[in-house]
Amino acid sequence: MTPLLEIKNAQFSYNGKENIFENINFSVSNGDVFCILGANGTGKTTLIKCLNGLMRLDSGEVLLNNKNIYSLSHSEIAKNIGYIPQVHTSTFPFKVMDVVLMGRSPHLDIFESPSEKDYELAENSLKSLNIWHMKDKPYTEISGGEQQLVFIARVLAQEPSILILDEPTSHLDFGNQIRTLDIIEKLAKNGLSIIMSSHFPDHAFISANKVAIMKDKKFIDIGHPKKVINEFNMEQTYGINVKIVDVNGRKACIPLKIK
Amino acid sequence: MYKFNISEKLGAHRISVTILLLIPLIILFFASFLIGRYPISPPDVITVFISKILPVQSTLPPSLETVIFQIRLPRILAAMLVGASLSIAGAAFQGLFRNPLVAPDKLGVTAGAGFGAALAIILSLGAVMIQIAAFIGGLIAVTLTYLLSRTFKGTSMLTLVLTGIAVESFFAAMIALSKYVADPYLQLPTIVFWLLGSLASVNNQDLLMMGPPIIIGIIILLMVRWRINVLSMGEEEAQTMGVDTKKLQAIIIISCTVISASAVSICGIIGWIGLVIPHVARMIVGPDHKVLLPASIILGAFFLLLIDDISRTITSVEIPLGILTAIIGAPFFLYLLGKSKEVWS
Repeated sequence: MTPLLEIKNAQFSYNGKENIFENINFSVSNGDVFCILGANGTGKTTLIKCLNGLMRLDSGEVLLNNKNIYSLSHSEIAKNIGYIPQVHTSTFPFKVMDVVLMGRSPHLDIFESPSEKDYELAENSLKSLNIWHMKDKPYTEISGGEQQLVFIARVLAQEPSILILDEPTSHLDFGNQIRTLDIIEKLAKNGLSIIMSSHFPDHAFISANKVAIMKDKKFIDIGHPKKVINEFNMEQTYGINVKIVDVNGRKACIPLKIK
Repeated sequence: MYKFNISEKLGAHRISVTILLLIPLIILFFASFLIGRYPISPPDVITVFISKILPVQSTLPPSLETVIFQIRLPRILAAMLVGASLSIAGAAFQGLFRNPLVAPDKLGVTAGAGFGAALAIILSLGAVMIQIAAFIGGLIAVTLTYLLSRTFKGTSMLTLVLTGIAVESFFAAMIALSKYVADPYLQLPTIVFWLLGSLASVNNQDLLMMGPPIIIGIIILLMVRWRINVLSMGEEEAQTMGVDTKKLQAIIIISCTVISASAVSICGIIGWIGLVIPHVARMIVGPDHKVLLPASIILGAFFLLLIDDISRTITSVEIPLGILTAIIGAPFFLYLLGKSKEVWS
């Protein structure tokens, strides 16, 4: 099967001198959940922004269905790749429904407004996440967990084949983190490919089928979580001692106290 | 039941609020014909209008028709047009810059127009040339802002606004310089009055000249109004939702600039409307630009027409509009600021 998104020899720098990352290679196919782990400031967000054309690689290629992503317009990319940023700063208290409708914009012409069909798609995606009841609430006045669901609903209304999430669980409480991972897993089962960055190795165990560790500008390891997330790699990445345990068949990553 | 659902989904109730807003505007439109030194009764206004549409012989004196069509109608239309222009441009800019404190003059259009007019007055050019100079001055100032900001690294919207502030203050200084060198008896008063804003001398020719660019600009803004929602979520986020942000920003900036420059060239500098009316509209219809822009047009037209009617009636010498909009607009804005938690999260 040809991969949906393929990254070849990716290299990027902000100032033309010091590379943020180099020699990055990976690919995702239908139903993959690809998780990028790495310490703060390793360039995960920068890499993610290069994947959907927000930033441009200095060298290397990002291939979407075998087409170079830089040859595509924003709307052509957005029809295939949905994106939820790490932080969102709100300005206007739009209603939840209006926010979800925005996901329809790659399918609409610049002079077009959403039609009845777009409202129906937005309605369906709100209902699929069980948040239809909050459609008329201002999205600025709901909890962080609910807001995350609204952004997922928006991205679903966009009908992409790939979903990129930048640290989707970092602002959420314990329960909402797991609920978000559950949604991600279900979306992947329905055929969506997921790329996400995370600070929690456990989250890769829970939902990912592929994981990469970013360190010193490179992926130091890439593969199935059970292979990649090991005590040695975790120590290398985060500089702390880690114990990997097995809880009824599910692996978990326990950080140990610094002595 | 099903039908009701659909109309609710399409936000028809919010659109109907916009239509409701039209009613006071229409009433004020007709009432405004009654105001002025030459007394006209309501039945006379109705008769004159009917005689224009239907082949009914009017028994009223022709001077009355002249007052209505040559003097009051252009002024009323100009007030509505200018009010609508500044308001829709303000609403669009606030969405574009994601900032509630932005008014249409933020990129230097009014200061540039003011300098253009002042220069034309110093050069003793005619009324039409003053208008054209103001229009061109406004366009030049915004073009300068845009080009300058492009030369800086990272062309964010914030860079654009900051560049606009610099350009604005440069042209403000040029206006001050023009006043300083102007003939204090002949030219200075003209410059001062022009800058304070007035609709007293508006005629049909002004409307024919400046109306079309304003209307085209308004239509374009209305066409992209839903996309302003997406853009107001932030440039990067809008891009990930498929918006060609550079193109959309350029469309909005060009439309707003043409609209504001035309409005300013008709009636001088009228502040506050572009800042305050979008806030009022947002309080009534909510932040969705799809409804906000039409609502801003109607409220802006209503507000400036009302202010102009007040300026025509309260004293025998007309008070410049720029003064009245600030006297009425500033307390109103402070009142809104007190309630701002409801508008801005």
